Amino acid sequence: MSEKPYEAIAEHENILEMAAQWRAEGRQVAIATVVSTWGSSPRPVGSQLVVDGEQSMIGSVSGGCIEGAVVHEAMAAIEDGEPRLLHFGVTDEQAWEVGLACGGEVEVFVEKLD
Amino acid sequence: MNSALLDTLLEAKTAKRPTALVTDLEGGAQALVIDGAEHGELALDDQVRGGIERALRRDKGETVESAGKRLFIQPFAPPKRMILVGAVHIAQSLAPMAKLTGYDVVIVDPRQAFTSRERFPGAALNHDWPDDALTALAPDRRTAVVTLTHDPKLDDPALSVALRSDAFYIGALGSTRTHGRRLERLREAGFGDNDFARIHGPIGLDIGAVSPAEIAISIMGEVTRTLHAPAEDGK
Repeated sequence: MSEKPYEAIAEHENILEMAAQWRAEGRQVAIATVVSTWGSSPRPVGSQLVVDGEQSMIGSVSGGCIEGAVVHEAMAAIEDGEPRLLHFGVTDEQAWEVGLACGGEVEVFVEKLD
Repeated sequence: MNSALLDTLLEAKTAKRPTALVTDLEGGAQALVIDGAEHGELALDDQVRGGIERALRRDKGETVESAGKRLFIQPFAPPKRMILVGAVHIAQSLAPMAKLTGYDVVIVDPRQAFTSRERFPGAALNHDWPDDALTALAPDRRTAVVTLTHDPKLDDPALSVALRSDAFYIGALGSTRTHGRRLERLREAGFGDNDFARIHGPIGLDIGAVSPAEIAISIMGEVTRTLHAPAEDGK
C-alpha cells in the first residue's frame, strides 16, 4: 500500500508543496507569510497562505479575520509582481475595518511566485 | 520568490536537510541556506547566519535587522518524530494524529500479527526488538517516545534506550500500579529518580479518556504540552 492515506491527512500542512504544484499547472500564484506578531495573534510566525489567480486558497495567516484582505493584496501582487508587507492591527468594529478581533497585531509578507 | 528557488527549497525539505529561507522584507530579495550553503541573490552576514542557526534550533521564524535591512528568516527544520512502541489499538489512532500534528511516525513492534499493513496503512513499521530499534532510530531532542505494549519484555528495553537519549518526551502506558512496578524494574536496571521524572506515567492528560482514540488524544495533548512548555510541565 502507498503512503497516500497519511499524506492526504497532512496535505493542508504542505502549503509550499501546493504552491509549487499550482505553479507547475500554469496557475498564477502568490504566497503570504506571517513574519511577525504582537499580542495574541491566532497563527504563529511562519504560517502561510497560498492564493492563485482565481482566488483559490490553501493554508491560513489568521483565524479567518484578515484572509479576505490578504487575498486581495495577493491578487494585486500577482498583477504587478511587487512584494508587499502588510500590517494588521486590532479591529475597529465601528469602522468595519479589517483587523484582528483578538486584539493582536500581525505583519504579513506577500510575494508572487515567478 | 522564483520557482527554481522554491523547487530547491522543497527538495531540501523532502531530503530532511536543515534549511532556511531568508527574505528582505523591503524588496523581496531572497537567499536559501541549506546545510549552511547559501543560494540566491541576497548576501548574508554573520549576524544573519546566527539568526538562522537560532531559528532552526527553535524551529521558529524570526525577523532580524542587518545592514539597514529587515530580513525574515523562515526555518525548515527536519520534522519532529514520534516512536510508538506497540502496534496496538491506541497506536492506530495515535499514529495518524501525530502525523497530522507534523511528526514523522515510526511504529516499533516485533510481533508481526500486530503490524499488518491493514492496521497501519502508510505508516513506517519496524519489526526489530525495541532496544535495537530505538538504538538505531537514535531519539534526539525533537523526538517523542511512547510505549504502549503493557509488556515489560517490550516496553522496558525501549524505555532503557529512551532514558539514555535526549528525547523531549517519554511516555509509558499503564496504570499507577503497573507504572510503580515498571519503575522498580528500571531501578534494578540502574536508573534513578532523575530518570523516572522524565517518564510520563500513567501516560496522557487527565481528560477522562476511555476509548483508544480518546486515550490517543490525551497522549497527543501531553506530548504537545511538553514540546511547547517543558519548564511548566515539570518533567
